[in-house]
Amino acid sequence: MIVLPPRPILIALALMVVAFALIPMTGDKYWIKLITRMFALGIFAMSLDFLVGYTGLVSFGHAAFFGIAGYTLHLISPENQAPNLAWVLPVSVFASAIMALLIGALSVRTHGIYFIMVTLAFAQMLFFLFHDSNIAGGSDGAFIYNKPVFTILNWTVFDLGNRYALYFLSLLSMMTLYLLLTVVLASPFGAVIQGIKVNEHRMRALGYNTYYYKLISFVIAGAIGGYAGFLFACIDGFVSPELLGWRESGLALVMVILGGVGTLFGPVLGAITLLGAEEIFRDRSLVGPLANYWQVLMGVFVIIVVLFLRGGLGGQLLQFVRRKKEQGL
Amino acid sequence: MDWLSLIIQILNGIQYGLLLFLIASGLTIVFGIMGIINLAHGSFYMIGAYLAFTLSQLTGGLFTAIALGIPLTLAFGFLLERFVIRQLYHRDHLQQVLLTFGLILIFNELQQILWGGEPKSVPVPEILQGAVALSDTLSYPIYRLFLSGVCLAMAATMYVVIRYTRIGMQIRASSSNQNMLNALGVNVRLINSLVFACGVALAGVAGILAAPVETVYPGMGEQILIVSFVVVVIGGIGSIRGAFFGALLIGVTDVLGQVFLPSAASIVIYGVMAFVLLIRPSGLFGRSE
Repeated sequence: MIVLPPRPILIALALMVVAFALIPMTGDKYWIKLITRMFALGIFAMSLDFLVGYTGLVSFGHAAFFGIAGYTLHLISPENQAPNLAWVLPVSVFASAIMALLIGALSVRTHGIYFIMVTLAFAQMLFFLFHDSNIAGGSDGAFIYNKPVFTILNWTVFDLGNRYALYFLSLLSMMTLYLLLTVVLASPFGAVIQGIKVNEHRMRALGYNTYYYKLISFVIAGAIGGYAGFLFACIDGFVSPELLGWRESGLALVMVILGGVGTLFGPVLGAITLLGAEEIFRDRSLVGPLANYWQVLMGVFVIIVVLFLRGGLGGQLLQFVRRKKEQGL
Repeated sequence: MDWLSLIIQILNGIQYGLLLFLIASGLTIVFGIMGIINLAHGSFYMIGAYLAFTLSQLTGGLFTAIALGIPLTLAFGFLLERFVIRQLYHRDHLQQVLLTFGLILIFNELQQILWGGEPKSVPVPEILQGAVALSDTLSYPIYRLFLSGVCLAMAATMYVVIRYTRIGMQIRASSSNQNMLNALGVNVRLINSLVFACGVALAGVAGILAAPVETVYPGMGEQILIVSFVVVVIGGIGSIRGAFFGALLIGVTDVLGQVFLPSAASIVIYGVMAFVLLIRPSGLFGRSE
């Protein structure tokens, strides 16, 4: 059975989507770029929630797949010509999926705290691979000069160099991937991975080879994380090793916790809130001279969220709706 | 390459490994006893190195920096455990990871505010300057030998304390069952505070000792943290012996990798980790599940 959030939340989310669809009418470049980034990171956080909140695998190396897709886009794009989205997008996502298969095959053998450390270590390995070598500019990163264009038989459908096209593609992708993950979770496969989260020993006793289920879940999350990274690389027009770094992985986990682990829509709210918080902390007119030290504010914000916001934004919303319903009855 | 320079490289590897052990042992004990995964552990190494820079400038020498640095880092660890880490004992790993991640962001920014972004260097004390001649052209710096000696002495002390003293017995007991120990009238909270403070001090001392041979730079904490994770994963989480052998293995592998495979040097240690995971998923000295 497909589980969607309760109706009041669905309505609120739908209103939010409508609001997002209207924002580009203002034409403000800065806001459009910021919100497109929120969408991409929302997809990224959602894919991590699939792993953390539904399969019970706390990965601290998820940024590896985010970055690999971006780098793949850079590496396979021809020098002086915009590549066709119809093939660069699948290839980039596929590269992330293959990387997730390789890293996952080793990491999924471990449990709990080992898994956290091992995923972090492998992601850092990729970070150093790009940081210390000459591939794609080394530690300086590299530009993506020509944004992909979607063409069918010489007919250009849209051009991601256009910020509106990128904005709406990201918004649509976010909604589609949300539905896709909901459908996956409603399938027998989804039931098994959620069973693994609750009690892996019992699932094994029931005859499921949990290793393969966890690995497939890891690859799905990696591929969708790669999709997000592809969009992100298109938004910034730039890839750097920091995309694969532990900071990015950590922030993705913060988005998931902030939004609510195991709610799927929550991490999207988490991504939006975290990017919003960063904008506020860096704004001199709002926080004054503290803006120079916005990382301290960010650190304190993260600690407060972890200590006091039980269940995250999504969890709090669900609880609020449930309480209202009980009062109504 | 002749065998003498190979020996020099192996000595360098052992020295790096011993330094890694000081950091990884704190990480692994804190996990073994309190069940806490502490990402901010690398920051203590960085703080130690910057303390060495400031203290040796203020007091005129590395020895006084060590003498002052130990109580300072101990006190810092004690306070941190009391006010922050204690909140984490009954929370899941995800929350521990995130809270200590928040701590890293704060420590890094404080480091920027206090010391700025450019790398610093710390002079080697005068008595320890110079080198031991190994042949007509090759020699080995005395300071590195001193560093290895201090690390070995600390490892031995740790072994004796944990193995043969009353407090060591209580620490070992608290890693297997804290509730029972509490029921027997041992102050488990105090043990936790002590162990955490010692872990911080070990990493801090490692930072102070490393300051004269490595550059002191802003990202040094994270870099060493990841390598320490590799060490802990290889050795087995919670095992101090595992951390010791894991650290030596990684130290030597890393240095030799830089000599023989310079193009893939940054990846070699992860290859070792992947191999260990393939044959023993819970580490060389870890308890298998």
